[in-house]
This record gives sequence, structure tokens and C-alpha cells, in this order.
Amino acid sequence: MKIAVCVKHVPEGVKRIDASSKRLDRSGEGALNAFDANAVEEALRLKEAAGGGEVVLVSLGPAKAQDALRKALAMGADRAVLISDDAVAGSDLVATSYALAKALERENADLVLFGQQAGDSDGAVLWAAVADRLRRPMVSQAAELTHGDGKLTVKRQTEFGYDVIETPLPAVVAVSDAINEPRYPSLKGIMGAKSKPQETLSLADLAVEADRVGTDGSRTEVYALNAPPSRGESRKIDDDGNAAQQIVDFLAEKRLV
Amino acid sequence: MSTLVFLEHHGNELLKPSLGVLSKAASLGDEDVAGVVIGSDVRALADEAGKFGAARVHVADDPRLEAPLAQPRVDVLAQLVRDNGYDTVLFANSVLAADVAAGLAARLDAGLNWDLTDVVRDDGRLVGKRPALQDSIYVDVGWTSEPRLALFRQGSFDPTATGGSAEVEDVNVQLEEFSTSARMVEQAHEESEGPSIEDAEVVVAGGRGLGGPENFTLVEQLAKALGGAVGATRAVVDAGWYPYSTQVGQTGKTVAPKLYIACGISGAIQHKVGMQASGVIVAINKDPNAPIFEFSDLGVVGDVHEVVPKLTELVNQRKGS
Amino acid sequence: MKPADFPPSFRAADYVAPPTDPEAERIEVGVLIVGAGPAGLACAIRLGQLLEDAPEIRERLGEVPVAVLEKGKQPGSHLVSGAVVNPRALRRLFKGRARIEDMPFYGPVHDESVYMLTAKRAIRIPAPPTMKNDGNFVASLSQLGRWLGERAEEGGAIFLPETAAEKLLVDGGRVRGVRTGDKGRGRNDEELGNFEPGADIVARVTVLAEGTQGHLTGVALDRFGLGGENPQVWALAVKEVWRVAKPLRRVIHTMGWPLRPQAKYREFGGSFIYPMGDDMVTLGMVVGLDYRVAELSVHDLLQELKTHPLVRKLLAGGERVAWGAKTIPEGGFLSLPRRLHAPGLLLCGDGAGMVNVPALKGIHYAIESGSLAAEAAFAALRRGETPWRPGALAAYDDAVRQSFIWRDLREVRNMRQAFGRGFWMGGALAGAMTATKGRFPPGDRRTELDAEQEILRTDRARSYPTPDGSLTFDKLSSVFASGNRTRDDQPNHIVIRRDVPREVAELWTRMCPAQVYEVAGDGVAVTPSNCVQCGAITAKGGRLTPPEGGSGPEYTLT
Repeated sequence: MKIAVCVKHVPEGVKRIDASSKRLDRSGEGALNAFDANAVEEALRLKEAAGGGEVVLVSLGPAKAQDALRKALAMGADRAVLISDDAVAGSDLVATSYALAKALERENADLVLFGQQAGDSDGAVLWAAVADRLRRPMVSQAAELTHGDGKLTVKRQTEFGYDVIETPLPAVVAVSDAINEPRYPSLKGIMGAKSKPQETLSLADLAVEADRVGTDGSRTEVYALNAPPSRGESRKIDDDGNAAQQIVDFLAEKRLV
Repeated sequence: MSTLVFLEHHGNELLKPSLGVLSKAASLGDEDVAGVVIGSDVRALADEAGKFGAARVHVADDPRLEAPLAQPRVDVLAQLVRDNGYDTVLFANSVLAADVAAGLAARLDAGLNWDLTDVVRDDGRLVGKRPALQDSIYVDVGWTSEPRLALFRQGSFDPTATGGSAEVEDVNVQLEEFSTSARMVEQAHEESEGPSIEDAEVVVAGGRGLGGPENFTLVEQLAKALGGAVGATRAVVDAGWYPYSTQVGQTGKTVAPKLYIACGISGAIQHKVGMQASGVIVAINKDPNAPIFEFSDLGVVGDVHEVVPKLTELVNQRKGS
Repeated sequence: MKPADFPPSFRAADYVAPPTDPEAERIEVGVLIVGAGPAGLACAIRLGQLLEDAPEIRERLGEVPVAVLEKGKQPGSHLVSGAVVNPRALRRLFKGRARIEDMPFYGPVHDESVYMLTAKRAIRIPAPPTMKNDGNFVASLSQLGRWLGERAEEGGAIFLPETAAEKLLVDGGRVRGVRTGDKGRGRNDEELGNFEPGADIVARVTVLAEGTQGHLTGVALDRFGLGGENPQVWALAVKEVWRVAKPLRRVIHTMGWPLRPQAKYREFGGSFIYPMGDDMVTLGMVVGLDYRVAELSVHDLLQELKTHPLVRKLLAGGERVAWGAKTIPEGGFLSLPRRLHAPGLLLCGDGAGMVNVPALKGIHYAIESGSLAAEAAFAALRRGETPWRPGALAAYDDAVRQSFIWRDLREVRNMRQAFGRGFWMGGALAGAMTATKGRFPPGDRRTELDAEQEILRTDRARSYPTPDGSLTFDKLSSVFASGNRTRDDQPNHIVIRRDVPREVAELWTRMCPAQVYEVAGDGVAVTPSNCVQCGAITAKGGRLTPPEGGSGPEYTLT
């Protein structure tokens, strides 16, 4: 089975939004999005269970995202493809999913895996857009994955409990962080990562039109950055024996009891 | 502006967050706010939507739509938007709705802004409010084309019943092959008792101010009275008072319930980043200088051992009456 | 009472072992460098240069001629310094390959001021000759480390990040390499689902470039009896980086307030305030860990410093963007190891104590010693001799003795100790020493271990400001700003006695900038996941051992 895992390089440390571009400042150091490690782990387990196959990492990001990819390679992925092009900066969901889908079409994997969310934007929607572009079945919030008879059985968690969903392959699946505990890269894995194939592609390599990505290809924009609204009137009281009643009154006022 | 609201349902009821978004859309002053109900045997839900401000409700009623899977819903919505020319489609966030919204964005090449807490009309244009970087900054976002798609945080708006009624229109359901190839085998099988801490609408959390592990029963009893889940700080998890699975904060869970009650918690930033997005925060701590009071809606300077049991009793009384 | 009365149950011998992995499973490398700081990276870069011209030796060293082990996520993750860098060693290392302008510096030092502070006033004093920074450059060492890491990688070094060097592999009196730490253990040392055992890495030459309080450096000094004439002593530095509204155009050092001049307290130290381009300023407080006051907290002294009118003005309208803490070896010349080599082993940089305290400099010594270690290792490998033969690496000691490292450190050898007599007296003596290039006053003064200082209880903490979250910060939010998100459920890596008297518990609680210790009923409670691995506990009566690789802070600007 060939599995493509979409991973992201996210900024490390205290994040800030650049006031002039109104975008997340990505100039600092970055690392592999922690949630993506679950997807890489699951891909490796599926490959191990199947006794063969290939795990390829697909990422969209700056050139330095190679470092994040290296970590996932050290965990055991076979190779990595990075789409890196200045024109991609500022892409929203529509533009990002378009470019990513192009790269995934080229890989034509049996299964495309995503992590639960991106640690930088809290975005948790990309896979559904990509699946629609690839015209493949999609399941998100997977807490358990089993593969057999050419289909996947997915246990997913929703607000209401667990669903069990079956899907034929090829498919797109987003895993939750409850699905597994990602492995630590072994020293041999770390040393071997450097010699694994790491390919960098431009948009031209993927035949992605320049006006489909970046600001031109995006359908959303940022107008302004503001300080968070104050939490409203904050009250502080000393307990004079009556505090419990005051809390209940407060909750009643807020219609919380 | 003509707006369509995705109305999610479960157990034969429309979900409150969806109705909240519907009420919000109606309050923006549009003449034409429509809802869409998608499922099997769901026609009855359309009337309910009318009461919360929908002028028109599209009903896509089809056995193939019974399972709450996203992709067939994208097909239905795409068709509705194309046929009726809706320029705005709104969703209340959920596992299902997020997938539907994103799929629809790709299908229609439409802009999607997500995690919004509000939307306003500003000088004729629609502006979404999106908290970012753990709610430390609020970003005003917009759309450069139509249709505009928006996904709102749960609990952003309260449903307001206006008592109207909606015109019901049936949708002629046409589904793509890839949209229907995933199949629900077993649905919503509840395994745990009480809500999980991440899904709970109420979280009651305990910190070192409780004084000892035995006092966590106070927290548990209050959580039970409020139908909520129990959380804990790193310090008490470290001390072995409570299991790691309940830890809220930087290295634990991130929660955003409607109500968070912090009992004996000082409110260090490591804890704050895990719960600051909560709707209403109530803190009980005997240290008047505890940082938690800086981001609480109601702060009580007092002894948790006295205040919490009394509170539990009062909540139980209220429920009983 | 003193912290040394309560020694930790730490035995260096427990961290020395022969290789245990079956031969086929050992990871073999040519030269193993422990630590991706300025010393280790300079060593890797220099080796890369030398091997580039000697393909036959590179061939002989096998698949991985040079490997660099780093406990942080990447080079720079655990680096903290001022820093004003003397470019001398970098110029030599990159001669004909890169210019200073290519390196991530925030420009040269144009102007500098030294102030004696009182609570309200700042009195400008002439800069002591050792503190002149003409021709030096301001840098974030964390950023410089990342840049050096890229150069080392270009030169062919293989990095093993997120990997702790836990044991020194010694076999037949010869250093064979290191054993790396396990990963994926739970709080009670149990193996978790993703347990990944450590591995033996064997090498022809092992270079310990671990920086201050190097774990295996300490073990090696003990194993090979390499301790210097004086025991090593340390200072603790806590610093912040601020985004500021107005650019600072000069380098500032302060002495005096908030430290107290009375000799009995032994509060020796000062502050630095450096510009980082037009929109950032870094400032830090450095205090010798031979202080005696139980309530002394370098973190809180830094917070207090920021309330001084001089400093407050510089930070007005600004925002704190980073925080970090680290110890600095301050023993100087007399605390240097007797030898910097053992069979198969070389010691470099801060780990070996190569810091010039009066000049507030160590980075260029680290870089130079790393380069010299590379040259000595290469020479031994080129001669085809077994580098683990006793004395085969002695050329390194000779090279260090002939270098500016030795000259500089020797010149200032008594200056740090002079401050034990109180600030004013120390200042006068230091001046005399500078003027006479270390000849006056004659005689080498001994120093005591930091943990041997009697504890005094005073009301030191009364003056610390209450954190306001904008100018002044508490310890936990500072740990947060360091990027530390260590897994909570890993085994405790801090070896201390828990059942200590209140004085000691309070000393540790106040001392630790990361709120690892708390006074508990009858001793001290420990939160190891807060630890930013500054090393202060080792100086003051405990022992820091490396936690699981990848733990600790994620410094990017410090």
C-alpha cells in the first residue's frame, strides 16, 4: 500500500502575527506540526501491518520545512516531497488545497493521511477540501484504523460518541491524536534520514497556475488585527459565607444553570 | 445578501449551535435567510427552523443521507448554492460541519473563514471575527468573492425563537459516486459515561488549593451536579492526586466549555492556555492575588472547602425544584 | 548550614560503563562530538574542512566521519548567552570561506557605557579595560548556533538531535564513545508504549563540548582525575529579549543595585543590556552562585532591575519576546582541568570552564578550543595512530596553551575571587590586576565550592517586584516564554535530597529561575518538567542529569 502523509512545518516558540502582512510570522524557527506525527506513526503502522508499501511525506511550505520533513523521515517514512514556492505564501484553504491536491495527484497514493489539526492556525479542515478536489472518500477524527480486503475500517470520534465507517481505497483520512503514541526516531533512523530522497518541487513542476495560489488564488483576506475584547465585566467578591449563592445567581443570569 | 444556514441535527432535534447561527443570520437584517436540513426522515425539523428565523428551509430527505457523513452533504449544498444563488453559507462548528464546509469551499472555490466567534456588517461588507494565537489576538477577516463560507465556534450565538414559520422546499438529491462510497457501519456508539473533558459544556477543575487528593470529591460532586467533566492542573496531576487524562493546560488538554469553574487553581499561564477560550470562567481561590482572577468573569476569594460543597448543594436544589 | 551538607545520591561512576550493545548494533562514527554549541559546532566545521582535503582519512573513518549529538531539538535550542562576541576565533575558522558580514550578527558594538546603579540613580563610570568591546559583535547565540549548525552540516557532519549523552563508554582505560539516554520512560522509570532504548555510539575520538555543567564532562573529570587546581564555580544568568519601540544604540553594563555590596552576602554580579538591531534589546542579570543569601533569586533580581528608571526607559512601550537562563563557569584559569584530554577524549569550551569573567566572554574561546580539538584529533588520525593511546591527543593541550585562550584566562586568573571580599574591595583589586596583567596582587587565591557557602537568611525577597505581566514576570510565565513544553510524565532527572532543612529548600526554591523546587512540608518538592537545564542546582548542592532528549526549552532568540 502506498500512503501519502500530509505534514506541515509550523513556527516554534511564542507565535506572533506580523502587523504589516497580517499573517503569522513564519520567519523564525519551525518544527514538524505535532499532530502530524500521529499521522506519520499511523502510516508506518499500516505499512508494517501490510508487510510492505511506501510512506511518502507531502508538504507545502518554505524551503526550511525540509527540517520538519527530516524528522518524519527519521521516524521511518521513505521519502519526502516539498512544494516550496514563494508564490504560495498567503494561500488560504482554497488555494492551499488546490496546490496540495496537485501534488497528491502526482503521487496517486492508496491512502492520504492528515493529522488532526495544524498547531499554528488551529485549522482542522484542510483534508475535506483536498478530498473533494481529489474526488475521494474522506473520514476525519479517526481514532482507530484497520486495513483489510481493500478497504479501511475507521472508528471516529464525534460529539455524540464513536462511529464506525468503512471506506474503499483510495481514500483520505484525518487521524485524531488519540489514535496512537508516535514513536521516537531511533538513532539509526535519524542518521538514515539524511540519505532518503527529499524532493523539492515548484508550482511549475506541478503545473499549478500562479493565479490559483497565494493572494490571487485565495478567496479570503485579513482586514485588521485587534486586541481581544475584554471578558466583559469581571466581578470579584470576597466570600462572606454567601459566595455559593452569588455564584448560582451569576450562573443563572448567564443561563448556565 | 442571501444566506443559507446548514442546520445540523441529532436524535431528531436541530442542534442549538446551528439554530444560534440561524438566529444570528436573521438578525443581520436579511430578507432571505434560508436553512437546509439534510438527512433521512427529517422533514419535521423544517418547522422548527422557521421558529428561529428561517424564511425558507430546504429539505434534502433521502435514505442515502441518513448517516451523518460530510461528502453527500457537500453535494446537496453545492447544488443549492448553484441553483439558488446564495452568496453566504454559514455553519456552526462540529466534526461534521467542519468537513462539510471545507469540502464545499473546494467544490465551489469559495472562501471559508473558520473558528469565527462573530460576524458583523461593516460598511456593506461582511467581517468575521476570529480569535487567534490562543485568543490573544482577534483578527478581522473577510471574503474576496462569493459565495462566502463561514464556520462559527460552538456557542457563539444563542438561538432566539421568533415564532415565524418557514416555507419548505424539497431538494432533488443528486449525489456523486465518490461522496457515497464511505459507509456508516455503526453510529454514535457511546462508550464513556458523562461527557469527555474536551466535549463537555461544563468543566469543573481542581488545583493544589484543594489541599489533598481526597478533596477532589468536592470537584467531582459539583461537576456531576452541573452535568460536566472534571479537570485538573498539572501540579495536582504531578502530585498523583488525579489522572493525567484530566490535565488541562499546555501539556495537557485544551478545553473551551461554556462554563469553566476553577477550584483552588492559581492560573499560571501553563494552565491558562488550556482553558482561556472557555465561555464563562468562575474561579474560587483563597489567594486574592492569584492570576486566575485576571481572566475570570466571576472571582470568589474564599475557601474552596466551604464554597464548593455549598455550591453543589445549591445547584442540586435548583435542579430538584 | 550549607547546601553541601546534603549531598545528592549521585555517583559519577554510575555513568561510566563499557559498551553493552552487541557489536553489530553499535553505531560507529569517526569523531563523536557531544553538544551542538559553539565549541562542538566549531569542532565539526573544522573537521569538515580538514577532511575535505583528506579524502583518504575520511574514507577510513567510515560511513559517518563526524557526528554531533545534541540534547535539544536542534543546534541553538539550548543556547543562551549575552552576547557580545569577539570575532577572532570565527575569523580564523572561516578564513577564506565566510565573512563576519555573512554571519547572523546584529552589527558591531559602536558605543558602550558602564553604570554603577543605586536604587534611583545611574552613575556612569569608565569602562574597565577588560570590558571594552571595540570590534566585537552583538549576537543571539541561539541564532549563531543554528547558523554554525548549517555550516557543520554542509561540511558533512551528521546531527543526532534530541539525544542525550547519558553514559561515558570507557573500556580498558580508553573512552570509546557515549551511550545515549532512553526515550519513552514513564514517571516511575517504566517503559511506555513508544519506549526507545538508548544506544551505544562508538568513536575513535570523543569530543565533549557540552557547555556549562556538562554531564559527561563532570563524569570524565572524575573518572580520569582531571579536576583543576581549584574547584569549578559558577554564576547564574537570566536574560530576556524585548521588542522595543526605540532603538538602543549602545552596549550597556551595570554594576551595583539591585545587588548589595556587603561582603557577607557575596552578591557578585551585574547586568548587561545589548541592542539587537533596531527593534530588539536583550538584557540579563548575572550573579555568582557563591552567594549566601537563601532568598536570592536571579530571576527576580532581573525583574527588579527592569524597574530602575534607566532600564524602564529603554523598555518603554516594548514587549518581552523571549526569556532564558543558564549558568556560566566562573572559576577561570585556576579551575581549568589539569589536562584537556584523556585516551580517546577531548574537552572543549564552557564545559572545560573556558570563560573570561572580567571580560564577560567565552564564546570565542569555545570556538577556538573546538577548532583546536578538531585539529588535534585530525592530526592523530592522519598519523594513522590509535588516538586512544595515552598521550596521542596531547597536542590539543599544547595547542590550547599556545593560544589566546590560555593567555587571556591566565591574565585574569585572580579577578573573580577578589570579589569574595565585597564589591568595592573586589573592584579595586580587579583594577589592579588588570593594570598589572594579573601580576598583582601575587599568589593564586583558592576558591570554595558554591555549595560550601553558609546560608544566610535575610529579607532579600522583600524588594522583588510583584509581577505585573507587562514589565515584570513570574517564573512560570517565563518558563512558558522559553518555549519549554517538556513531557510531564518522564522520570525525574534532578538528583537532590528531598529531606533537607527549610533553609536549603528555600535556597533552591528561590535560586531556580524555572520554579522547579518548592518548599514542601518537611523538605522540597520537585517539578522536573519546568526545568530549563540551567545547571544551577549542580553548583548549589544537587545534580542535574540529562532528561529525555528533546526536553527543555526551545530557545530561538536568546
